[in-house]
Amino acid sequence: MADQHAISTPAHPSTFTQNPIQRFLIATEVDTRLLGMIGALAIIWIGFNIFSGGLFLTPRNLWNLSVQTASVAVMVTGMVLVIVTRNIDLSVGSILGVVGMVMGVMQTQILPVQLGLGLGHPLIWSLSLLAGLVVGVGIGALQGTIIAYLRVPAFIVTLGGYLVWRGAAWWVTMGRTVAPMDQTFQLIGGGPAGSIGFTWSWIVGAVACAAIVAGLYFGRRQRRRFNFPQRPLWAEASLAVLGCGATIGAIWVANAYPWPVRIAENYAKANGIAVPESGLFISHGIAVPVLIAVGVGVFMTFLTTRTRFGRYVYAMGGNPEAAELAGINTRWVTVKIFMLMGGLCAIAAAISSARLNAATNALGTLDELYVIAAAVIGGTSLAGGVGTIAGALLGAVVMQSLQSGMVLMGLDSPLQSIVVGIVLVFAVWLDTLYRRNKH
Amino acid sequence: MLDASTPLVEMTDISIAFGGIKAVDHASINLHRGEVVGLLGHNGAGKSTLIKILSGAYKRDAGDIKINGEPASISNPRDAKAYGIETIYQQLAVADNVDAAANLFLGRELVTPIGTLDDAAMESRAREVMGRLNPNFRRFKEPVKALSGGQRQSVAIARAILFNARILVMDEPTAALGPQETAQVGELIKQLKSEGIGIFLISHDIHDVFDLADRLVVMKNGQVVGEARTSDVTKDEVLGMIIMGKVPPGAKPGPGAISG
Repeated sequence: MADQHAISTPAHPSTFTQNPIQRFLIATEVDTRLLGMIGALAIIWIGFNIFSGGLFLTPRNLWNLSVQTASVAVMVTGMVLVIVTRNIDLSVGSILGVVGMVMGVMQTQILPVQLGLGLGHPLIWSLSLLAGLVVGVGIGALQGTIIAYLRVPAFIVTLGGYLVWRGAAWWVTMGRTVAPMDQTFQLIGGGPAGSIGFTWSWIVGAVACAAIVAGLYFGRRQRRRFNFPQRPLWAEASLAVLGCGATIGAIWVANAYPWPVRIAENYAKANGIAVPESGLFISHGIAVPVLIAVGVGVFMTFLTTRTRFGRYVYAMGGNPEAAELAGINTRWVTVKIFMLMGGLCAIAAAISSARLNAATNALGTLDELYVIAAAVIGGTSLAGGVGTIAGALLGAVVMQSLQSGMVLMGLDSPLQSIVVGIVLVFAVWLDTLYRRNKH
Repeated sequence: MLDASTPLVEMTDISIAFGGIKAVDHASINLHRGEVVGLLGHNGAGKSTLIKILSGAYKRDAGDIKINGEPASISNPRDAKAYGIETIYQQLAVADNVDAAANLFLGRELVTPIGTLDDAAMESRAREVMGRLNPNFRRFKEPVKALSGGQRQSVAIARAILFNARILVMDEPTAALGPQETAQVGELIKQLKSEGIGIFLISHDIHDVFDLADRLVVMKNGQVVGEARTSDVTKDEVLGMIIMGKVPPGAKPGPGAISG
């Protein structure tokens, strides 16, 4: 048959001269750009480890790094969608500030005092969180509506929002810092208590590994069902090994960081545990904010790749007119994106304020710039249509690694800003080169 | 039941103005089942604008649209699609950054029982349709940006025929294509016509449409100059209509015709 013959025509001659690495990359269909970012991150980590005298690649620093990244990581997943649709959100730091304030006031004044629930009531943290989410989504809906239906450029609307919500954060308590937060609410911010511990960390790791293998298996079965070309089995196996290996490695690091001695001793005393000679080793395990960020990352990846909403977001970014002509309600999708962004700001606000154990009117200052920078370093194109959640999360880790690495090296804070700024421009330049060579 | 003489599409006295300029001025046009109507005219004659009113991209200022003899309200592209009107635009309205299957199903994705995108099923249907249209097409996994003009065109056409369109609007469908691909599109139009689909073929080049169309409608300065069955007029006479607005004896004059 003519058709059959056409399919089996020999591949391009260059395939014969491939080295094993190229063969591996093609067979596994790995995103080479993402791989490049992981390589860059590895260089940054190893570099900082050398220059800081071995302080960087310790369980303690990596664990702290993961917690510090969580808040920006949560917000960057939403910023990807905003930027992909050729918009921008300059107000995320201010939204974080005002939502943090609202949640703080809810749990320190309104619920326990004015409604008389009493300290530590389970409704306090849950209602505070809910109120924060409602405010965040509401602010997003308002800004999104102005952008989509009144056609005011997102840059201007969110620049206005940047001022308005920061002012509102100040206004809630007239500038007073709100503290302390509810005991349960504090767990969202991490710390020894706000981590899930040795056993649960391994359970989470096992579930993640099972999910990776299951995902690969179902993907393969689906392709077989429709007789599509499949990856070779060895490629699938290496993907599974790499994915599970990275997961297990991360869990191992989180579990290798013990509680501080004093806290562990107090805990032992309170629970009647005998402290051994060598000291008590209680693993932190994965911190709750990190778990939240990973959960948000998985959810957002699912949303962008597996749902109509995600498909529309990318189509709108690629060609807004085509999306409109295809019958997509582009305005409503835009509003939904900003609502999502607002909701993610609320989650980030919970993480930040719980970690600080206080809500201040300066909470989240400059976060909008870190979030946008992380998204852009992670490969999100400001021209629209291009960007992945995984890349943006990596971008957030790169940004935070730079900051915490420079702190470990004892670099002055003005110098830190200068380095971060240069890296941002350099990373985008590299990305431009990469894309130009690809097409 | 549908009377065979009821036009599939009847657009009557359609007008639209942009900032005081009448882009379409009391134009009337109709289309029957299994008929190919060529809409001709210079660039700026109003043909694309008229057809964008039918496909919901523009809202008309005045006039009526009837589909199957029933008054139709079309105020956006979704409404038009609900009436079975599919449009292939001149500037190929495809999203460059996603793959062919995603473009084919844009706005009408296939979903699994739990509501997630069924990419495999969509790719399978895409392979089926593209196989019929352009058997050499293999690049299903790449963003449309990476495709050639002809391949992009076949994606745009596949999108229109995928959803069993009853009315197909093709705005300069072969403008970006080579001779072989143009011939393919010609074959496709004949095939769709035999399936009872009504087709509007818009072009400023008479050679593109003369052999394919059953009937020609010529527009100039937003008005209909005249219409004629392709068998009743010569290419030169039609050119005269396009350039000078002169209506030959074989054609029926419209509001934009020059008397004498």
